[in-house]
Amino acid sequence: MSAAGYEYEDIDGGSSYDPSFVPDPVKSFVVHLYRYIREKNVYEIHQMYETSFHTLSDRMFKDTPWPSVEAVAQYVDNDHVFCLLYREMWYRHLYARLSPTLKQRIDSWDNYCSLFQARSVVLHGVVNMQLPNQWLWDMVDEFVYQFQSFCQYRAKMKSKTEQEIALLRQHDQAWNVYGVLNFLQALMEKSSIIQILQQEKEGLEQFTATDGYDYSGGSNVLKVLGYFSMVGLLRVHCLLGDYQTGLKCLLPIDISQQGVYTSVIGSHITTIYHYGFANLMLRRYVVAIREFNKILVYIYKTKQYHQKSPQYEQILKKNEQMYALLTICLSLCPQVKLVDENINSQLREKHGEKMLRMQRYDDESFAVYDELFSYACPKFITPSAPSYDEPLVNYNQDAYRLQLKLFLYEVKQQQQLSVVRSFLKVYSTISLEKLASYMEVDESTLRTILMTYKHKTHSVGADGKTISNADIDFYIDDDLIHVVEYKTPKLYGDYFLRQIVKLEAVIGDMDRVKLD
Amino acid sequence: MGREPASQPQVPYTVDQLVAVNPYNPDILPDLENYVNEQVSSQTYSLDANLCLLRLYQFEPERMSTQIVARILIKALMAMPAPDFSLCLFLIPERVQMDEQFKSLIVLSHYLETAKFRQFWDEAAKNRHILEVVPGFEQAIQDYAVHVLSLTYQRVPRSVVAEAINIEGVSLDKFIEQRVANSGWVVEGKGELVSLPKNEFNHPELRRTSAAQSIPLDRITRIFPVLG
Repeated sequence: MSAAGYEYEDIDGGSSYDPSFVPDPVKSFVVHLYRYIREKNVYEIHQMYETSFHTLSDRMFKDTPWPSVEAVAQYVDNDHVFCLLYREMWYRHLYARLSPTLKQRIDSWDNYCSLFQARSVVLHGVVNMQLPNQWLWDMVDEFVYQFQSFCQYRAKMKSKTEQEIALLRQHDQAWNVYGVLNFLQALMEKSSIIQILQQEKEGLEQFTATDGYDYSGGSNVLKVLGYFSMVGLLRVHCLLGDYQTGLKCLLPIDISQQGVYTSVIGSHITTIYHYGFANLMLRRYVVAIREFNKILVYIYKTKQYHQKSPQYEQILKKNEQMYALLTICLSLCPQVKLVDENINSQLREKHGEKMLRMQRYDDESFAVYDELFSYACPKFITPSAPSYDEPLVNYNQDAYRLQLKLFLYEVKQQQQLSVVRSFLKVYSTISLEKLASYMEVDESTLRTILMTYKHKTHSVGADGKTISNADIDFYIDDDLIHVVEYKTPKLYGDYFLRQIVKLEAVIGDMDRVKLD
Repeated sequence: MGREPASQPQVPYTVDQLVAVNPYNPDILPDLENYVNEQVSSQTYSLDANLCLLRLYQFEPERMSTQIVARILIKALMAMPAPDFSLCLFLIPERVQMDEQFKSLIVLSHYLETAKFRQFWDEAAKNRHILEVVPGFEQAIQDYAVHVLSLTYQRVPRSVVAEAINIEGVSLDKFIEQRVANSGWVVEGKGELVSLPKNEFNHPELRRTSAAQSIPLDRITRIFPVLG
């Protein structure tokens, strides 16, 4: 089992890393962590996991792995589950700081199998622990990340050695896409999380209210892993270009409200990023804009609290990517009024000049769409193994290129809509003939452009109903175009309610004043 | 009349249930392929089952049947205005999309997406051999065309309708008559203008009346003490 440590020496050319040497701080770390886990002291576990682990990593293991699990096992009673958890962290650290070898990738997969698999700990329900949500989220997140990373790695066939190809053939189950999806699915099903969330709605169960923790002596591990697996499934499906199925996997989570997914910033961002992206690809721009806006406001307001978090860089990166996606959405569907003031000024600062170019619909504007999409899209993967017998070619870009191409195709179909929009903005009625001459097209072409406008600004919602995404709409009566600009209707009801309560308070105050 | 009920064929699961229970199981691939053919012959449609099949093809490209993929894509075109065709394309590797018949279907989709109905019907005529395998194709596209027309027009010239649904003369008279009888169309003037049924998209005044005015109960509870 010490293969991982042994492999490491290959890349580092005989560094001073000795996998069996356990420095005292590490000894103390594992001993305490083990104790807190046994005591179900979530607070202390969280401290050790979020702070000590990273501090030690920075101080002692900046560019070497942690000591091997075999070496630390003796300090934790050789506890099977603890060792699996330790190895999971060991690999996570390796992936983050060094580049894993193929052997290590495969070993890490085996470790997840031992953690998740049917006859093993988590799914078998023998884990009687309370682990911090942050840790459980990281596990699911890392699992999906390593899968994605493996697919990218495998697809770079040109640089593979014969040994690597032999190893890939031999371990064809490692990070197999069926295996990955079925683990996530199994976690979701075995945890009964969907039923739990349903029962919570009916007031029969508490899950969200306790942030998923179990205060009656049970374990939160399977439940919360199952919960986060739904986000994991959304992400995997997005990586595969299967947006519809991805959104379906997320359905049990009501993202219009706070939930366990918002209790960990990484999970919150991952959820909304993929949810928004999938909706963008489904042309439900308004939905995407609303959600991107909400999370960007949230990040804008809370960013400072995460500065010391190990996730800070990741948060900033996703933040920038979502600004780019929001820019795309708003260029295709200029509903600026849905966007918060602060976010709007940030947008203008970051992408203002690009947005102007995107409205032009020439080759240069497509280049901007291309650039923003490429920067902000998920790292798409080809899930199938290559045919090793054919000449080896790299195919790691294939999936991304396909999604990009189809997206740009969509942009091109919407090419003329911003021109139409700019005319609609300045007229309340205009005849087809006149508009056709302004746009320098014939009347029949104009009719198709107007119908395209209607089709593209009206998406089909998840429930099959037609939803308007149009900021400016119109209808045609015979030969005359009537423009309709939607104003957000003022909600007087709320205003009156507030005033009634206020007035009542004033009357109450006055009643209390005794006039002699 | 004392007839014995016909013995039911043993089908423990419908294919849709199969998909729901085993979304990531390669063993159901043949069932899903049969189901595509069944959707074609019985004029039904299940996007989820078809996406599931495309997903399995994506995982194991060597098992892909281009004939089945073509049928799925035609069915997806028939589901317009829903974005099903794109959803399917997202899952089909680019080199497969290079196949001639898929290229034609992609062109057809482009014409529908951009409401170029005349070009669409011309192109469809050239590809009759691919499309005629799937019954109900023309009618489904006509329904889509009518959908887009109804989003756009209050009153629309008959010639525009004719072009969109590719029907002329007496057949068009019949088509319109039927819509007059069943779908609230009204023919105006000398028959050169068709008034389409009102909806919130061609009659914006119908829009958002109910949603905007409703106030959730929990807000109203705030004034309960005042009312009491």
